[in-house]
Amino acid sequence: MEALFSNFANFDVRMIVMWAIGGVLIYLAIKKDMEPTLLLPLGFGAILMNLPVPTVMEDGALKLLSGVGSEEGVLSVLFNAGIGNELFPLLLFIGIGAMIDFGPVLSNPKLMIFGGAAQFGIFFTLCMASMFFDINDAASIAIIGAADGPTSIAVAISLGSKYLGAIMVAAYSYMALVPVIQPPVIKLLTTKKERMIRMPYKAANVSKRTRILFPIITTVVTGLFAPDAVALVGFLMFGNLIRECGVLNSLSETAQKVLANLVTIFLGITIASKMHYSEFLAPDTLLILGLGLIAFIVDTAGGVLFAKFLNLFLKNKINPMIGAAGISAFPMSGRIVHKLGLEADPQNFLLMHSIGVNVSGQIASVIAGGLILNFFL
Amino acid sequence: MQFNPANFLSNLKYMGLGMLGIFIVIGIIVGVVVGLNKVTKE
Repeated sequence: MEALFSNFANFDVRMIVMWAIGGVLIYLAIKKDMEPTLLLPLGFGAILMNLPVPTVMEDGALKLLSGVGSEEGVLSVLFNAGIGNELFPLLLFIGIGAMIDFGPVLSNPKLMIFGGAAQFGIFFTLCMASMFFDINDAASIAIIGAADGPTSIAVAISLGSKYLGAIMVAAYSYMALVPVIQPPVIKLLTTKKERMIRMPYKAANVSKRTRILFPIITTVVTGLFAPDAVALVGFLMFGNLIRECGVLNSLSETAQKVLANLVTIFLGITIASKMHYSEFLAPDTLLILGLGLIAFIVDTAGGVLFAKFLNLFLKNKINPMIGAAGISAFPMSGRIVHKLGLEADPQNFLLMHSIGVNVSGQIASVIAGGLILNFFL
Repeated sequence: MQFNPANFLSNLKYMGLGMLGIFIVIGIIVGVVVGLNKVTKE
């Protein structure tokens, strides 16, 4: 009987708090359909990680479910094999690249400039976070503003941030909360008259050759100017090349579904190994959540204000809301802008423009991540 | 955790460099795509 309860000696009340956090993440994933592919494994992992298992208590997060003696635990193996060397996020990028249709932005490449402008929140948050954290942690926290989970993971790992768990929870939670965060910021910065600006869409054919050359050229340009982004951009563009080449349809399908799903399963549960109560339940975590929110808000504001600035010089005005779609949260951000356009004027169809900007935000956020690595690695 | 407000100002240079870097890379990609669209017009 004593043996049955001996494990309770390892119990800590903070574990219950982590179970509650895990429960909330699972609830949000299932009931609210908020990024379920990541929030559910993270939520379950948060519970798994905070059980009073002796191996966890002795050796910390990486020894969870450890083998006998000096044997590594299964999460330890997964972390070292897939997260510590950035393998999982990069493999996920192949899948994401295969999912993206760059057509809208290739038919109107000027839209890409808004993807760049909407990365302002990352660099603003970097300055903000540097007041509280050392520069590598500040840069890792700032990249939450990329609204791009794999980029956040890759940057935080490369810079050796000890806040990986909190950064991941913030990044994926806010991505899911884009429909809540963005509309008030957009409405605050635009007048109804501006939101009513119509942007006629002229469908332009994009040749197959352009679609094939685009991922190759983007990889080369990135490699020349932001070498630390080349792994991220390269894997993203490799996935896109598989999609666009036209002769690897089965590989493209596998990358989009099987590969992406498989990596996602391991990614979430492995990252949760960084959610041990001893690291996670700290004032730093709350601060990181706050800074992540600032990054998303300033990204949105940066895109809108940049579009308003351009309107000062343009004869044919653009709807400044499309600037807000320049974050990487695809396709939510593009859809939100389209919806707000319809709200202001039921005949105002901005979807093709906003999706184009949204897609360019995916490229720009990866480039921003690479530049951050260039600065601080 | 520390609180050092002076770091905000001292790191503003990264904001400038970062945004400049993004616009340069994006600008080159835009230029190449515009060129590609012209050359490969079907």
